[in-house]
Amino acid sequence: MREINCEQAGLEAIQEEFRRNSKTVHMSTDMPLELLQEFGPDRIRMTPIAENSFCGAAIGLAGSGYRTVVNLRMATFSFVAMDQIFNHAAKITYMFGGQAKFPILYRMTIGAGIGGAAEHSISPYPMYMNVPGLKIILPSNAYDLKGLLKTALRENNPVVSFEHALLGGVQYPVPEEEYLIPFGQASVIRKGKDVTLVALSKMVQEALAAADELKQEGISVEVIDPRTLVPLDKEAIFKSVRKTGRLVVVDEACQTCGAAAEIIALVTGQKTVFAALKATPARVTGLDVPIPFSPPMEKFAIPDKNKVMDAVYEVMGMKISVKKAES
Amino acid sequence: MAISPKEQTALYTTMQTIRLFEERLVKEFLENKISGFVHSYIGEEAIAAGVLAHFKKTDRIVSHHRGHGHCIAKGADMKRMMAEIYGRKTGYCKGKGGSMHIADFSIGMLGADGIVGAGLPISLGAALSAQLDGQNKIAAVFFGDGACQEGEFHEALNLASIWKLPLLFVCENNQYGVNTSYRYSLGAQEITRMPEAYHIQNKSVDGNDVEVVYEAAARAVEYLRNGQGPYFLECFTYRWHKHYLSNSLPDLRPQEELEEWKKKCPVTAYENKLRQAGVLTQTRIDAIKTRILEHVEEAVRFALDSPLPAPQDALEDVFSK
Repeated sequence: MREINCEQAGLEAIQEEFRRNSKTVHMSTDMPLELLQEFGPDRIRMTPIAENSFCGAAIGLAGSGYRTVVNLRMATFSFVAMDQIFNHAAKITYMFGGQAKFPILYRMTIGAGIGGAAEHSISPYPMYMNVPGLKIILPSNAYDLKGLLKTALRENNPVVSFEHALLGGVQYPVPEEEYLIPFGQASVIRKGKDVTLVALSKMVQEALAAADELKQEGISVEVIDPRTLVPLDKEAIFKSVRKTGRLVVVDEACQTCGAAAEIIALVTGQKTVFAALKATPARVTGLDVPIPFSPPMEKFAIPDKNKVMDAVYEVMGMKISVKKAES
Repeated sequence: MAISPKEQTALYTTMQTIRLFEERLVKEFLENKISGFVHSYIGEEAIAAGVLAHFKKTDRIVSHHRGHGHCIAKGADMKRMMAEIYGRKTGYCKGKGGSMHIADFSIGMLGADGIVGAGLPISLGAALSAQLDGQNKIAAVFFGDGACQEGEFHEALNLASIWKLPLLFVCENNQYGVNTSYRYSLGAQEITRMPEAYHIQNKSVDGNDVEVVYEAAARAVEYLRNGQGPYFLECFTYRWHKHYLSNSLPDLRPQEELEEWKKKCPVTAYENKLRQAGVLTQTRIDAIKTRILEHVEEAVRFALDSPLPAPQDALEDVFSK
């Protein structure tokens, strides 16, 4: 199978869906040349640097029968448009009693590790999860990104796509043929029996690297990527934890009120899953600090393979210090 | 510009409908029959009536927290409006929005937004859809002097200007944001200086004279339908009630100023004008009022006879299917 990166996968998703549906508009502050050449300046619009204006315009377009993709680039820029995204896009379907549909796709880049410091590095999806009315997708590879974006472009609700900066250029097998990935369907990337690792976005890579190494040590790890946070495929996680009895959630976002906290609360709140637990669930998350610039501090602030392995040892009841001494 | 007696009667009827609807709300509110925040449009009726007389069902508008007048002038059903204000299941938003959030997408009323200035970006999308549809459709956004202090206002002027959107900005300058005068809070002082800076055609008019508003809006709408770009209409007016209906909210505006503006009542002034011009007799005026009062009564009855939502209805409509 051919391999493409997330950037290409995202472009193909938009091209395919814009060909299917002419009542579609794309807005971004930069110029997406391929889209502009194919669909023209009426539908592919360069905006001023004024996030509230175009995030809001997407709502008005949606309420008037058009589907809009807004590429905000950095997720931190979305905070400039919080009024339109949180107060309006998220609430408007509900507040007006469901009388209109609001198909909007907001795309934004997340994550640390790019040396961007605090105002260009963040993983803010937990905040968005806390505002009812937004669907949230969190692809960890080019295949999922394309399939989820295509579904988002047929969805009748506002969708926010959080795309990790360090995944943009990573090559991944993506078929030429058309496919869609439904929301709320987790992907069990690796089967295992001892520990369930739920990993989000780029942390899937760290989780898989940890699982590979742990396998050498005789620990069998199941790796689950939820792919969408709203809706969340709880059943896939419950099913896995019932089997393994152990849970570690790996998320680059800050710890407080995070997706990891929510997933652990769901697991411990479900009686049959709770009864199956052999150890206290653990979370490996970003630290509760703004992302610092200097590489040693930046690396320290986010989870990596070693931190994931330590958490697995802990839920396995193994002494971390011993393991560290051995390595 | 000659306005036919038929148009004049229609303008009067729209204004009087808004007035009598709003007066009934004041009564219901003071008797504790409705709850929440109700922002009265009394005193500003000439703007909604004069502007929206030029709008078709396929043209779209975006309104704000003081939005009942825009709904009525755009052709919304008073029964479903009243039911929404009463929090009933039969209301426009099934009781989920209330007075501040009435919308009727079927008539191009894209909703009232409760965040000052927030309707402006949304209206850009409505106007862009009109431009893309390419059938001379237009859009309008209503907002006040308070919204002109928001960043979203400037962003909207800028985007409408560079994209030449068929969008009518209607600034209802009632001079106060709650109790704060725009003379204090707006550095530009003259509101039309701001659209001017963005190269948007603009005009400031007496918002209490419905024919003045009607004529200015006619020219603005023609400009929009010709695809010449956005237009900004400032209508100078005054609100008779407090920011929202309340027993506890203070009204710190000079009371003599309020009394002066009450003398410039847009509804009474127009009624007198049409009577003196022989367009409407007193008998006809009485008949119009009686008919409107019957409709308002019918709307209140419809609301009261409608069921309240079930508590668990709160779980519906978070997402569209």
